[in-house]
Amino acid sequence: MLSYLAQQSINALQLGSIYALIALGYSMVYGVLTMINFAHGDLFMLGAFACMILATLLPVHLPFVIILLLVMVLVGLLGTAIERFAYRPLRGGPRVSAIITALGCGLLIESLTLVKFPYAQSMPPLFNNTIHPFLGLTISTLQILIIGVAITLMIALDFLIRKTAYGIAMRAISFDARIVPLMGVPVNRVISMTFFIGAGLGGAAGMLYGMAYPVIAPLMGVLVGWKAFVAAVIGGIGSIRGAVLGGFILGAVEVMTVVFLPSTYRDLISYSLLLLILIFKPFGILGSPPNQKV
Amino acid sequence: MHRHTIAHRHCSVFTPSPKASRVVKKIICLSALASALLSIVTLTGCGKTSPSIKIGLNTELTGEMPAVGASSKNAADLFVSQINAAGGVKVGDQTLPLQLSLGDNGAKADQAAAVTQRLISQEGVVAMIGPNASACAIPASVIAESLKCPMISPWSTNPKTTIDAATGKPKTEVFRACFTDVFEAQVLAKFVLNNLHAKTAAILYDVSSEAPNGQANLFKKTFEENGGKIVGFETYTTGDRDFSAQLTKIKAANPQVLFLPAYYNDVPLITQQARRLGITAQFVGSDAWSTPELIKLGGADVEGAYFCNHYSNQIATPEATKFMADYQAKYGQAPDDVAALTYDAFGLLTEALKTAGKLDRQSIRDALSKISQFNGVTGTMKFQPPSGDPIKSAVMLQIKDGKFVWVANAQP
Repeated sequence: MLSYLAQQSINALQLGSIYALIALGYSMVYGVLTMINFAHGDLFMLGAFACMILATLLPVHLPFVIILLLVMVLVGLLGTAIERFAYRPLRGGPRVSAIITALGCGLLIESLTLVKFPYAQSMPPLFNNTIHPFLGLTISTLQILIIGVAITLMIALDFLIRKTAYGIAMRAISFDARIVPLMGVPVNRVISMTFFIGAGLGGAAGMLYGMAYPVIAPLMGVLVGWKAFVAAVIGGIGSIRGAVLGGFILGAVEVMTVVFLPSTYRDLISYSLLLLILIFKPFGILGSPPNQKV
Repeated sequence: MHRHTIAHRHCSVFTPSPKASRVVKKIICLSALASALLSIVTLTGCGKTSPSIKIGLNTELTGEMPAVGASSKNAADLFVSQINAAGGVKVGDQTLPLQLSLGDNGAKADQAAAVTQRLISQEGVVAMIGPNASACAIPASVIAESLKCPMISPWSTNPKTTIDAATGKPKTEVFRACFTDVFEAQVLAKFVLNNLHAKTAAILYDVSSEAPNGQANLFKKTFEENGGKIVGFETYTTGDRDFSAQLTKIKAANPQVLFLPAYYNDVPLITQQARRLGITAQFVGSDAWSTPELIKLGGADVEGAYFCNHYSNQIATPEATKFMADYQAKYGQAPDDVAALTYDAFGLLTEALKTAGKLDRQSIRDALSKISQFNGVTGTMKFQPPSGDPIKSAVMLQIKDGKFVWVANAQP
């Protein structure tokens, strides 16, 4: 029984890591722009497709780390481009316009990918995945890799946010966006960097997801994107640590409900629990109510 | 200063002078008149096309299972081009060509219903072939029944497609070219018990999709009725990718067989995760496995699995051999069962058209229900009124060396 629970915990960690990486993108963008980037789920999907294309179409066999960095950079650049051309012109305008634009961008990305890849694609394995029986559990190299990469990226991001000038600027913007430009902070550049990093993390999540579940399809980002958004809200939208916490909570809840209840109830119980959390903490676990300016 | 700039911006360049606005109004009026005239001309012109037999094809061209839609469409195109090359179908004293009216249901129930409505009411087809997925075929069948238009589903095996949910009696307008899940469950259960000599089985299925849901429940019932034991009965929802929690639960129950009635895009993920977790059970699948994409996506993990199917391209009846050769020549790949069943659905419809003698939906429907012997690509089938389900046999296939290999036949 103990080893069964331990096995399920590893499953929960893996799922949670991926949700956390995507949720980070949502929270970062909300923090600086107070808007939900609904195209984020589709950037996640593009990460998986970018990895597949790099792995199959390039004549050289690149190591995993190089492909990961390439995918993060490519998706990050796309995220920055979307911000520059779709969101920035609407920055002073009504919130609704920005949300609709975000949805539109997402649909555009999905449709373009569908045109090129109407069928589900198979993700080629990037390395030899070995299974390690360990104290009665079966852990694969891939699982260790996913959890490891996700945690590394999250620690790196935390360092970035707390210790670098850019991180301070980002937190300042999420605190009060109107005063910050008066302090000499290049707001546009910081926002672009935020999108670059957020999208990059989403792309990395997509690549890891595609490696864990190697059948990728253009619409795969929709469901996962929404779930990660829910995770970000549970943790506290706008809070980096909240996004990570929310991601892992969602992963744990989804896996553990199957452990103790018939799997048909999984989504019902998972989202009821999350709803309960929101009832007691409406701004998310680590979120805080928006500052009242007097 | 701020207000000044806004007002200035509002005084846009587009405020025309009085004379210019008259000219603009004239141009707008003229172009509206011209387009109205043009549409009248084209609409009346539409009525003058040569007569043909319009058949609707409601299929899954996009969405979760585009390979199914592609197969269906290919087979339909092949059939129509062959018939039209021979001159057409003899209905009464005229020989008319077939005309295909295509609709994409995106593998979604609401879209399937909308396409059915459009094909029957707006396009005025005499009959509709499709949808293939049961989740789409069931809502489509309700609409076809109420609009009194005959419908033949090539691939939907769920019993609900031809049974009226309210009365429990068979629908009058809906037929299918394949056997139902009830028969399939018996074939599978008996195969697992008698051929594989397995007494314990677990099932993992998509609870939100009609066909897998029905097949899982029917298999469980039939398996247990015949002396087997279901040790795991787990579910997931369409679109899920991670089955580790459910599979870990199944692994703890240690079944001999793992029954997976899933479509070709889910099977590779489930089998791979199962093997990674150390599940050694024999995989058994339903007819939804039959798309060749499954081997491409599944690779080594689906090797050795058995599944039930509508036909095998190793069974060499003259009709099957000719169809396979024609399909291969036209599309460069071997046809799967969706293609074969669509071809047979069209064949059944053409038989009914010839017997009916007129392009009237009611007579076509009556002729369909009375077909007593039809030698199709997928075998011999016949309808027994009032049921719209054909009586025909099934085959068991195995995935061996990356190919579908015939193992056994199963008679009704």
